[in-house]
Amino acid sequence: MKPVYSAKIEKSERIPKLIEHLFEKMPEIEADRAVLLTESYKQTENLPIILRRAKAFQNILEKLPITIRPLELIVGSNTKAPRGCQVFPEYSYTWLQDEFDTVQTRSADPFYISEETKETLRKVYPYWAGKTTSELATSYMSPEALSAIEHNIFTPGNYFYNGIGHLTVDYGKVLKIGYKGIIKEAEAAIAKLNVTDGDYSKRFQFLQAVIISCNAVCDYAKRYATLAKKQADTCSDEKRKAELLQIAANCQRVPTNGATSFYEACQSFWFVQMLLQTESSGHSISPGRFDQYMYPYYKADLEKGAITREFAQELIDCIWVKLNDLNKVRDAASAEGFAGYSLFQNLIVGGQDSNGQDATNDLSYMCMNATMHVHLPQPSFSVRVWNGTPHEFMLRAAEVTRTGVGLPAYYNDEVIIPSLQSRGLTLEDARDYNIIGCVEPQKSAKTDGWHDAAFFNMCRPLELVFSNGVDKGVQIGLQTGDVTKMTSFDEFYDAYKKQMVYFIELLVNADNAIDLAHAERCPLPFQSCMVEDCIGRGKSLQEGGAIYNFTGPQGFGIANMADALYAIKRLVFEEKSVTMADFKEALENNYGKDMDSKMAENITAKVAKSFVESGKVLSREDVKTIYETVVKNNCSAEQKAKYDALLNRISELPKFGNDIIEVDSFARDVAYTYTKPILNYRNPRGGQYQAGLYPVSANVPLGAQTGATPDGRLANTPVADGVSPAAGRDVKGPTAAANSVSKLDHYIASNGTLFNMKFHPSALQGESGLESFVALVRGYFDQKGSHMQFNVVSRETLRDAQKNPEKYKSLVVRVAGYSALFTTLSRSLQDDIINRTEQGDF
Amino acid sequence: MADIYNVRGRIFDIQRFSTHDGPGVRTIVFLKGCPLRCRWCCNPESQNYEIQLMKQKGKVKTVGYDTTVKEVMEEIMRDMPYYSRSGGGLTLSGGECLWQPDFGIALLKAAHENGINTAIETTGFADWEVIEQFIPEVDVFLMDIKHINSAKHKEFTTRPNELILHNARKIAEKAKRLIIRVPVIPGFNGTVEEIGEIAKFTASLPNVNEIHLLPYHRMGKDKYDGLARPYLMGDVPSPTTAKMQELLAVAKSYGLTTHLGG
Repeated sequence: MKPVYSAKIEKSERIPKLIEHLFEKMPEIEADRAVLLTESYKQTENLPIILRRAKAFQNILEKLPITIRPLELIVGSNTKAPRGCQVFPEYSYTWLQDEFDTVQTRSADPFYISEETKETLRKVYPYWAGKTTSELATSYMSPEALSAIEHNIFTPGNYFYNGIGHLTVDYGKVLKIGYKGIIKEAEAAIAKLNVTDGDYSKRFQFLQAVIISCNAVCDYAKRYATLAKKQADTCSDEKRKAELLQIAANCQRVPTNGATSFYEACQSFWFVQMLLQTESSGHSISPGRFDQYMYPYYKADLEKGAITREFAQELIDCIWVKLNDLNKVRDAASAEGFAGYSLFQNLIVGGQDSNGQDATNDLSYMCMNATMHVHLPQPSFSVRVWNGTPHEFMLRAAEVTRTGVGLPAYYNDEVIIPSLQSRGLTLEDARDYNIIGCVEPQKSAKTDGWHDAAFFNMCRPLELVFSNGVDKGVQIGLQTGDVTKMTSFDEFYDAYKKQMVYFIELLVNADNAIDLAHAERCPLPFQSCMVEDCIGRGKSLQEGGAIYNFTGPQGFGIANMADALYAIKRLVFEEKSVTMADFKEALENNYGKDMDSKMAENITAKVAKSFVESGKVLSREDVKTIYETVVKNNCSAEQKAKYDALLNRISELPKFGNDIIEVDSFARDVAYTYTKPILNYRNPRGGQYQAGLYPVSANVPLGAQTGATPDGRLANTPVADGVSPAAGRDVKGPTAAANSVSKLDHYIASNGTLFNMKFHPSALQGESGLESFVALVRGYFDQKGSHMQFNVVSRETLRDAQKNPEKYKSLVVRVAGYSALFTTLSRSLQDDIINRTEQGDF
Repeated sequence: MADIYNVRGRIFDIQRFSTHDGPGVRTIVFLKGCPLRCRWCCNPESQNYEIQLMKQKGKVKTVGYDTTVKEVMEEIMRDMPYYSRSGGGLTLSGGECLWQPDFGIALLKAAHENGINTAIETTGFADWEVIEQFIPEVDVFLMDIKHINSAKHKEFTTRPNELILHNARKIAEKAKRLIIRVPVIPGFNGTVEEIGEIAKFTASLPNVNEIHLLPYHRMGKDKYDGLARPYLMGDVPSPTTAKMQELLAVAKSYGLTTHLGG
């Protein structure tokens, strides 16, 4: 059959020029938003918070400097400088102040900040002392939860210090009725309110806040109309002048009104996308099913002869470039965890419509073209796959994968739809899902999913089983008993499960504290007005306005824990060739490998505590002596030989990732220690907790805070990423690895699972390469895997890129749930990517 | 019929997700033992039927083990979803499966019983009576024609080629599908004339119109060291891309569909 859509469209000359401008200089931090926000907050101290938020948003949009970048067709920028970012002191700010002098030189995601900006921010910041969401959240948390965070069992850093984001609003509604239409809805809702209702004031104020925010957006777009007109008046290039006049006309109409053309729809979409990221610092503001809600405008224009496919493609490409114009500065530690300047704006094409029919259309393919044309990390481009997905669609997606951009990620409708149904979504809503951020499915325009609620390191509770709940001399976990006296694997496994549940409960405590803080201090009227049923309920998203509410913290380290628990089971309790005491000692000494300062500190704390407990008083000097002894008195040769033998024995055991049913089934059970207990808890918005199994890139920094594990993993090295096998342990090729991973229960991890595979480009050569690749994805999905993503680069390329970063400025790799420019990643993350098993290099 | 699943045979490796040896995603079972000793062979550990020791990356490893059709099928079946999605299946390679006919045929039959497509990579060097039994169980024959000149063939592979060429014609007549494969070895058959002769022969076979040219590579060299055997190819370089294109064009001129690599 002749391909229907494959006629590829050439990239317009404009696109490389836009990209060149975008990457001309280092991203920069700007202070305007912080100043305008603070200015407004100072004037509204007597108002309810929801109105203060709306008025602050209004003040920002009235005065934030605006700019039209050279040759742009789609306009609207948060910052004067390309790829710049604003700051959001209402969430947290001290970290940035502390990092003023290092943010420019740090290894992950550096930003330029001028002395003038520093000075301006220093003046603004004092106002925010005691007023941020993070401070309120801290005061809401239990001391045990705070201690668990301090000891790196889990990290709720994302929403602790930033806005929430992680949603897909109703873009289609704005395209259709504009903000004027939404204002009318709010007014109608006000008309229905009864002044005697107990919550009348709150609802009335929320709706007022919506109206203020929507009007602010309409006025903001008109500032662009005026600017474009002004630039057109002085433009001597006739072609550009005409473009500017068109831009002026577009901004005059949208997003105030409904769009009447594809071009207007594109501009309207962009204002929504960008302003969501002006209102709050939450990332993963995901465009979702762009090929669906944009299609009616494209189709109508095409049928009228009002647009060519080439021009439509150029507009889509322009949007792709703009998605890379937005940026966000994070604290140094988070920057490691979310490396690559990524905003995780996930855009997905293909899949079923809400009636269960295939929804692939011309735009689905044009979005693939755009990703090929632009070759940049944003949008986080995804494809939905189901049994009825056209083969041609798969082949085209595989071609995009082959370019090495690390995109698209592949998602399986056949798992995700029933999985979402099991969380209470209607069948129609579940079929209409899209992906948020990395891998998290939700129904757009109805959900506040809190998808990226925390990183939970599944390895740490196991460490605490070995130490009877003590970490660095502090009892932070449960006392599950002396591990050396355990007599059965079940007893040991139960101890692990108890530690898991204990820390999961603390995680829930921490997340709920943060949730409350956001509702209280940062409700967001603008994003709320585009999610059902905030207007109907007269409530912001943060207060529970959405139809579907979730909290989705993600666990990682499954492969390590599966291999580790399996090793204990086999060696200690079945073969009885190793004692628990042997294991404990080997782990404490990192299998006799180098003792770094972190481990030495840990042991020092333990020794010191035992002295104190026996009644000795230790001076600072004494502790220093102990530390020095610990560092020097590394293991004896005899110990080392013993540990080496143990490591050898562990390495001979079967490992997760090699299609060995016994181990894989075991891994499935181990994953349940996280995914099942989570389901028992509820958040303050009335929604359920649900587990994700993916690490973003936190498996590297959080692995650096994790001691040696019984799977033979050395202390402070990365933990396995997502549901993927531990690095280098899957040795039977991609199908075996995929089969193993498919043995996990992907349905229960309804907040998403992440399976990373790295391909050498040779694996995808020629038509047969593409066909085999498609079969691999399909075969994994037939076995009910949920997500798959690929890095297609050679090890040599990556090594060379480490040596000559200047040659590889645009080298894109798949990090974990998103793509990033390789050279912007920290060295350790780069190493981790290189070390992941290179599949398909046969 | 004896239970085919209990038939025993000797293999040395099973490789999954192979995309170069027959249609779709395939699992290759490497049988041990081969009647030829091709100088360029990249799997020298496959040649001897005896179980051997080979040093690899400093470790001594045993090459070859006896197994049953049942055991091998268990592993083959694991990738069923990928075969179904790509029209792939099982490929027997070697070694030479024609020299373990009971085991080879039983494996292929078992694959067919389970709805799996089958292929064999073969030298074609065996009695016709043996090959005949394979024919109904093989969906795709991937057969090497290495040289038309028998003396030169013998010099480089230790066997003359009359039987091979004879079998090729008969397989072409009877088999469902036959693809001719040519390892392109500089200094042996890497010239326009020599490849041309092979292509001419291929084109003369009934029902055959496909030829694959596989450029020589040195990937097997370390294995010779590991087996303490001399590597007779010395420093012969791989054919250049330009050379391969030239040879493909020659093969094409005989009306054949050509393919570079497996």
